[in-house]
Amino acid sequence: MNVLETGQGELVGWHDPDEHRAWVAEHKSRALKDKRTSLKDAVKEYVDNGALIACGGFGHIRVSMATIYEIIRQRKRDLTLCGKTGVHDSDLLIASGCVNRIEVAYAFGHELRGLSPASRRAAESGRCEVVADISNAGYQWRFLAAAMGLPFIPTRVMLGTDTLKRSSAKVVEDPFTGKPICLLPACYPDVVLMHVHRCDRHGNAQIDGITVEDFELARAARRLIVTTETIVDDDVIRESPQDTIIPYYLVDAVVHVPYGAHPTLMPGHYYFDEQHIGEWLRLSKTEEGAARYFDRYVHNVDGFGPYLDLVGGEDQLEYLRQVEHLEAPLEAPWLEEKRK
Amino acid sequence: MNDDYNPTELLAYVAAGLLKDNSSVFVGTGLPMIAAMLAQRTHAPNLLIIFEAGGIGPQVPVLPISVGDSRTFHRAVSASSMHDVMSASQAGYIDYGFLGAAQIDPYGNLNTTVIGEWDHPTVRFPGSGGANDVGSLCWRTIIVMRQDVRRFVEKLDFVTTPGYLNGPGARERTGLPADSGPHRVITQLGVFGFDETTKRMQLLATHPGLSIEEIQKRTGFELVIPDDVTTTEPPPPEVLKAMREIDPTGMVIGK
Repeated sequence: MNVLETGQGELVGWHDPDEHRAWVAEHKSRALKDKRTSLKDAVKEYVDNGALIACGGFGHIRVSMATIYEIIRQRKRDLTLCGKTGVHDSDLLIASGCVNRIEVAYAFGHELRGLSPASRRAAESGRCEVVADISNAGYQWRFLAAAMGLPFIPTRVMLGTDTLKRSSAKVVEDPFTGKPICLLPACYPDVVLMHVHRCDRHGNAQIDGITVEDFELARAARRLIVTTETIVDDDVIRESPQDTIIPYYLVDAVVHVPYGAHPTLMPGHYYFDEQHIGEWLRLSKTEEGAARYFDRYVHNVDGFGPYLDLVGGEDQLEYLRQVEHLEAPLEAPWLEEKRK
Repeated sequence: MNDDYNPTELLAYVAAGLLKDNSSVFVGTGLPMIAAMLAQRTHAPNLLIIFEAGGIGPQVPVLPISVGDSRTFHRAVSASSMHDVMSASQAGYIDYGFLGAAQIDPYGNLNTTVIGEWDHPTVRFPGSGGANDVGSLCWRTIIVMRQDVRRFVEKLDFVTTPGYLNGPGARERTGLPADSGPHRVITQLGVFGFDETTKRMQLLATHPGLSIEEIQKRTGFELVIPDDVTTTEPPPPEVLKAMREIDPTGMVIGK
């Protein structure tokens, strides 16, 4: 095949498909066993310093924040992040110093809320190195290639742009059409964190609403930590198998964490906690402020339950439920600031 | 009710007007959401709205904060995945794509990645997100952004998303889908299209109270100025009312 162009970005998370098959054969158990554990143990066992990690959901939608806090609490270091759509997740992981390398489809921003002061500062100072750029569709197709056990997948995105030049993709002449086509290399993150609506003890997991790219990402992951709003009986899964996005053999750890996506949005359960995200955006304008945030909400807190009390407890969680169901108006401190 | 409108409301009104009923549109965060929701509530009730995280055909109740927000699949026909909607775009199902940008050049190429050098940026922006995908795969892209000489530049610091690249035929030569590309650029100053033969940006309409000269002065490259430049119609009161219902807190349109 005639290679027309080679992106200069670092090739992150790629494995020869045969090497990956051998890894799966050796490390991924097919046993239907109880995988329930604590966050502390799951992070200790599966998140190694220097690993390539990715978060399920969509940056500030259905993110396993409880796992992210635990990674920060255990002061993991030199992680590389798949910045597939990084928002609140990547901002905290970079600001805390756990992540110092990132491949970016989207990061350093908070969508409508504006840019993310802390992670943007880290990128501009070089404290967090951008190793490659890519597009959103491009990243999820990298995971799709991995999920399919293929070395690459052909697509028609990124052609003709600097995004391609800074990516790890290659452009070749398509043997069928004779036209140039972009080949995206597979990406297998070492560990993926994912928050779901319900899951049984074995790891059979169901997600309500959009799945974003979690179908592909769960299958691309080498290790998969699932946190869940509820643990259900095996029969609940077997009565609605069509809703199972993630079958058990993909999952390494199951952790029951109600509200585990807070302050990100959990579809059908709770909306963004804009007060809390606003507090982070305000504090993270300075290094000292960011450090204060991590002390208050992560390091000096013994687990996720006490954290929920600290952010307003049941009253606040009930309010977030009402906003999600359009029963209460949205209040956002960053909005006032934007209006000034 | 105040009938005065601000520049953002005018922008959203013009953008909404480009969306035909029974067509499909790929929508990004912020102003594109307002425009699509407004079109759906006025002249295009069957506008098929698509969000990159998987929301397909929603009836969006109130402005979403994110393109993955639950509001993006409220009363939708499908709550799907990024793979599904990006594949639909690649296969030719999406008529319009809505984009914003930090910089644009005469060929409608967009930068949302860096100002300065890529490895030592002066400013690091979020990157492509879904922009490159939308700009590559939708039939026609509509770009909505603020206009000044720093944003409308002859040469971008970084080409994140393809417009017409360096002129006629360039998209096809590089392997992008045939007959696709930028359609309109809407700013607080006017409405722009692209010249058929050169694929360079041309002025189509000036917003009320602005002259062609003033708009050229606030553009960092030479615009194609045809003979028949028109003036934009201001939004009627019922449209302003609908817009303020869509964004009651003034997150995007302001107060």
